[in-house]
Amino acid sequence: MIKKIFFQLIFFNFFFIKKVFAAESGGMPQLNPEFWISQVFWLTLTFGLLYVVLSKLILPKISKNLELRKSQIQENIEAAEKQRESSESKLKEYDDIVLKSKLEAKNIFKNIREKVLKDINSKKEILDKQIDQEVKKVEEEIEVLKKSAPEKINKIAIETSSELVKKLIGAEINNSSISAIVDDLSKRNGDKYYGN
Amino acid sequence: MAANPMTQFEVYRIGPEIKIGDFDISFTNSSLFMVISSLAILIIFNLGSKKNSMLPNKLQLMAELSYTFVSKMISDTAGSKARPYFAFIFSLFMFVLFCNMFGMIPYSFTVTSHIIVTFVLAGFIFIGVTIIGFIKHGFGYLKLFVPSGVPVVLLPLIVVIEIISYLSRPISLSVRLFANMMAGHTMMKVFGGFVISLGIVGGWLPLSFSVALTGLEILVAFLQAYVFAILTCIYLNDALNLHH
Repeated sequence: MIKKIFFQLIFFNFFFIKKVFAAESGGMPQLNPEFWISQVFWLTLTFGLLYVVLSKLILPKISKNLELRKSQIQENIEAAEKQRESSESKLKEYDDIVLKSKLEAKNIFKNIREKVLKDINSKKEILDKQIDQEVKKVEEEIEVLKKSAPEKINKIAIETSSELVKKLIGAEINNSSISAIVDDLSKRNGDKYYGN
Repeated sequence: MAANPMTQFEVYRIGPEIKIGDFDISFTNSSLFMVISSLAILIIFNLGSKKNSMLPNKLQLMAELSYTFVSKMISDTAGSKARPYFAFIFSLFMFVLFCNMFGMIPYSFTVTSHIIVTFVLAGFIFIGVTIIGFIKHGFGYLKLFVPSGVPVVLLPLIVVIEIISYLSRPISLSVRLFANMMAGHTMMKVFGGFVISLGIVGGWLPLSFSVALTGLEILVAFLQAYVFAILTCIYLNDALNLHH
């Protein structure tokens, strides 16, 4: 209800105001020629001056600024492009260097390995030779000892036998007869004692 | 009391009466706003073009954006041949735009809401374009009134229509701008009057209308300046590149 009254108020107010406007309005001032000449004069003056100043002073400056900036940006882009290319080539160079040095390192490693292996082999050979020689020497000594061993044993056997006989029966026996017996024994059992 | 919505368009003398012969060229409020608009344009664009930095400041950016905007508008509608007329169209667009925009300030005066102002501008454009057309194409410019590919029977009628439409260009151009500005400002004034007379109770509705209208009018102010400039470009295009 209040809403209805409110809108009716607005509605009737519109009517009221429109009537007031209709009563007061007195045509368009635009059609009054009193100041036409003045307006044309001032329009020509201001617009003419505006045109002259803009076209002769300001617009060329703006266009120059724009072109300058454009060319500068173009230059910058070109410089950036160049730098990019150079950095790319440098990266390639770097990669090449890395690859090369890797290969070199591999080679050096291989060479050293071979050398070391050779060294080891040669030293081993020398050592083997030495060992062989030593072994031979020792074997020879053993051989000599082996060969001289039966005689010595025989000698010892003869001496001990003569000593024993002396102590047992108190008689001197000729060494040559004992040695003949020992020789005979050793010939018969030599294989058993010395394993020759 | 509700003010007459048309009083805002009244022109009155500021200062003494100046006369040259029989002609009254006194400085009026209309002249004042023409001067203000021109000065504002000059100041803004002068500051905007003063120094050239790689990163433009706001004024420079504005000046350069306006420059490229108008430049693109001209090259799109009239082609590269219209390059020498760039400064004129730029000044025209800026002048109309600034006059329209200054008219949006309360208690100011809208220069372009006067038929005589817009008619002088449009008439100048019309005469200029016609002269350019005749200079570029000689009497061949009259071919503009004879479209190609029209049956011979219809030709007399078409030629008459074309001539009428050509002659009505300055009228349509000037009346479009003038009527738009006048109607918008009258509307705003009427709604503003409603706010006062309806008071605190009923004034909110016309007030909101008024706010909306202000936004609309700013849009119209820009749009009409743009239309004015682009129609000038189209007329110039007819004169420079004869299509018919």
